[in-house]
Amino acid sequence: MSSLSILDGYRDAELAKRLERRIHRLSQEIGRKIMIMHVCGSHEWTITHHGVRSLLPENVEVRAGPGCPVCVTPAADIDAAVDLALGGRTVLTYGDMSRARGSKQSLAEAKTLGGDVRIVYSVHDAVKMAKSLPEKDFVFFAVGFETTAPATAYEILEEPPSNLRFLTSYRYVPSAVQAVSRSPELRVDAFINAGHASTITGMKAYKTCFDECRKPMVFSGFEPLDVLISVAMVLTQIRNNEPKMENEYTRSVTWEGNVKAQQTMEKAFDLREGYWRGVATIPNSALDLKPEFSYLDAREHYSLAHKSASAEFVKDARCADVIIGKIDPPECPLYMKECTPLGPLGPTMVSSEGTCKIWADHKIVSAMRCRV
Amino acid sequence: MPAKVSMCLAFPGKVISIDGDFAKVDFGEGTAREGINVSLVDVNLGQYVLVHAGYAIQVMDEDEAQKTLSYWREILAYEQEFEQTSR
Repeated sequence: MSSLSILDGYRDAELAKRLERRIHRLSQEIGRKIMIMHVCGSHEWTITHHGVRSLLPENVEVRAGPGCPVCVTPAADIDAAVDLALGGRTVLTYGDMSRARGSKQSLAEAKTLGGDVRIVYSVHDAVKMAKSLPEKDFVFFAVGFETTAPATAYEILEEPPSNLRFLTSYRYVPSAVQAVSRSPELRVDAFINAGHASTITGMKAYKTCFDECRKPMVFSGFEPLDVLISVAMVLTQIRNNEPKMENEYTRSVTWEGNVKAQQTMEKAFDLREGYWRGVATIPNSALDLKPEFSYLDAREHYSLAHKSASAEFVKDARCADVIIGKIDPPECPLYMKECTPLGPLGPTMVSSEGTCKIWADHKIVSAMRCRV
Repeated sequence: MPAKVSMCLAFPGKVISIDGDFAKVDFGEGTAREGINVSLVDVNLGQYVLVHAGYAIQVMDEDEAQKTLSYWREILAYEQEFEQTSR
């Protein structure tokens, strides 16, 4: 991807070194511990892969918050998808989602038991597949954040084939950031906001949250220099005691966002209360199908239970604490012992956006909390 | 473009042809993909789009990409000069 001219310079080592120096100077001027939370699995990948944490001063920490859609998809929804697959329907979903377990099985395991589970790259593939096999009943297990929801909304408004239904589990990031900002336990000092989710919603979606918490919020891109610049922006705000909403990812994020995508999304979905696996039920955080599209809703059509009291994670696993950013993966007793990328026991070790999987792939075995 | 698809991962690419709702997008390093749905954006030939799970979700601003970098280059270069002269 580096040959694209739009990214030229975003991996410039000399500029990175200068940013590192500035970050260190700012941190000395601030002179206390600063915890910055990001809320996107792709940011965690950039930070870990490029060793960004090793460049940060001892009193500055960037921690992963709830930014992995697969990880927060409720076990009950996975169970419902598994039941549909084992009950003779063809379930379509993204690769990562197929390997995350509900209370008992994953969709991949349902497939080994004879269920018809197929991996798709986009919702459009699901539509094409359903059209080409009209005698089969298809269910698209639609998970993700507002980055992904507009595409599904678009296909829903385009009148999908009648043999395709949707099991939606979309979540809306601004409401999760608000919930995290209110946590007295996490004590977040500032946020690096998800560049792709906010490409859709625009910075405006975070205004209510910012007005309430008054914590620095920088909207950041995904190249290593994007993250370093964002950290420098956050620390400058803290040093000057001037918290604001600031845009680092100006090549993609705007105040208004992608209005066309927002309008498409609003035509198909309503914002309702949503459960984030192992975390909490958060108001206005689920994008649910509007009542007029209930004929496309797999929950309605197959009379699926909306809630289940099933166990969320395996015994002793601390997936929930990793998802919310309370602990680093090595602080979980199962990390890289019983739970590995080849034999994952929880969703954070399954998804390529899960903190455990990212850390395990980079062979990180010790926690990286602030060292002061 | 990696085969592995994750939920929030999105890639910038250059639109090299458009046919109705679909475009062919060049992701660099010899990877181009046809059939990218561009209905969620208003894009012209030659512009960069951010592609997520088969759909363009934004038209990217090439000038802004360079502006951010040159802004930081400038202030950090100034800082370095200042550091050196004050030593």
